[in-house]
Amino acid sequence: MKSKDRNYFKILRAGINTTYQDLGRNNLYHIGIPFSGAMDKRNFQLLNSLLQNDYNSPVIEFAYQGPHLKYFGKDIFFCISGNVSFKIITKEGVIDGNSYQCYLLKNGDEVDIHSTNKSVYGYFSINGTFGVDYYWGSCSINTQAQIGPNNGNKFSKDLEIEIIDINNSFNKRKLDYLGSTIENIRVIKGTNYDYFSESSQNKFFKESFKITKLSDRMGMRLEGPKIENIVDPNIKSEGLVKGVIQITSAGDPIIMLSDHGTIGGYPKIATVISADYDRLVQLTPGSNIKFKDVSLEDAETLYKLYQMETNNIISQIK
Amino acid sequence: MIKNILNLGDAALYCDFGSDVNQEINSNVIKYFYHIKKLNLKGITNLTPSYNKLIISYDLNIHSFLSLKKKIENIEIKENNKLEKNLIEIPVCCDNNFALDIKRVENKLKLKSEIILEKFFSKNYFCYMTGFVAGMPFLGDLEKDMRLKRLETPRVKVPKGSVGITEQFCNIYTFETPGGWNILGNTPQNIFDTSNQSNPNLVNPGDTIKFYRITLDQYNEIKR
Repeated sequence: MKSKDRNYFKILRAGINTTYQDLGRNNLYHIGIPFSGAMDKRNFQLLNSLLQNDYNSPVIEFAYQGPHLKYFGKDIFFCISGNVSFKIITKEGVIDGNSYQCYLLKNGDEVDIHSTNKSVYGYFSINGTFGVDYYWGSCSINTQAQIGPNNGNKFSKDLEIEIIDINNSFNKRKLDYLGSTIENIRVIKGTNYDYFSESSQNKFFKESFKITKLSDRMGMRLEGPKIENIVDPNIKSEGLVKGVIQITSAGDPIIMLSDHGTIGGYPKIATVISADYDRLVQLTPGSNIKFKDVSLEDAETLYKLYQMETNNIISQIK
Repeated sequence: MIKNILNLGDAALYCDFGSDVNQEINSNVIKYFYHIKKLNLKGITNLTPSYNKLIISYDLNIHSFLSLKKKIENIEIKENNKLEKNLIEIPVCCDNNFALDIKRVENKLKLKSEIILEKFFSKNYFCYMTGFVAGMPFLGDLEKDMRLKRLETPRVKVPKGSVGITEQFCNIYTFETPGGWNILGNTPQNIFDTSNQSNPNLVNPGDTIKFYRITLDQYNEIKR
């Protein structure tokens, strides 16, 4: 392709853990490949709805600090979801952008995504399609197993992000949405709940835990009262799922997130309910959380309500 | 054959086949795994077989715990349902540069290194499961006098291709990853192939592995 026909972003600064993500890949746990996919599915869904893209279109995910991008090509719209501060730099000047609004970019314009605010993940995409390769039906980059486009690596400076298609029938839309946060994380008791002393079980639900810096797309390590194991610090290795809270030999909880190892040998004290996952992953290191016990039936209902709420937000896009 | 089905969180069934680790129980897990996989049930998003458990993840928009549990309980698996088993031969080089923990294993087992390796290479190993990282096979069983614990402090980086042992099991590190198994050698063979999307794993649950020993020259020849 001649360079004048190309539409692409050049990465002036990569940001932190910037990757392509979509809804992830299914049915590969048995060979050791996790779901991956956008950490915050609601913000992923809102972004593709705002841009009128296919519901599983690739987006660019970043953590804490986003990329600084320079655009080359014909006119295009972009949008950002999450609680994100960014600037749009054009020949006319520099403006502060708002999340959940679509903006026009012309050849030579730049988007500088400074940071996520009181949250971890943000999402960037365009009214079109990025040129990505698919691995097992998904373009999600899993940097741990080096699976996905860009050889399974996160983005780096000077990389060029190709755009293979621009949707010309696009209508510029926006959404007034402040996001929703959470402090109490609701969980269902785990399959090894009785491995822990009664006083530790009580502490697990009464006291608060701090999210440590040792948190990424694979897992979230917590710090708080030590959870005392009275049976065995290990179990025979078995499958894990997203949201499982294992207790390490040192007595600390670790929550499995989207890129988690598929098999683990620490006892499971609880599992985060599906309705709270999107908001859990947005909690920054240093935040304090409390766990609240709910029944399986309630968790199923809460998930339905959460989905209805998402659909309701989408219906407010104007 | 499933003793009990519990929930793991709100979107997975936890099928318990017992608490022991042996090939009989594991073969039952694997039979169920392949059977359910073949059924291609709508809304099943993952199946994770392990030594004695099978975890079935599902889409909460399509299934609830109770309805899917009933479906799984009603599955009948014939006793004579034979497992498809492949015999796979894998070359391993035990040069000093690769056998990172041979001294430790000698000390712990009170056996000479040549005896340890002779014992290791004389057996065939059964693949119980694959996972943790992509394609890593969990194999067994080692003889009783070959069993020892993990390293007290896990390595931050175990080289790709390392072949390690712990307790009754051995495995192959398909990627460079942290790990605490006792490393006896390294294979030049690619165990997980990202470019082969239909069948990326060289070793699958139920397969039998025969390791054979190669020299450093042979190792380099295969790597080339």
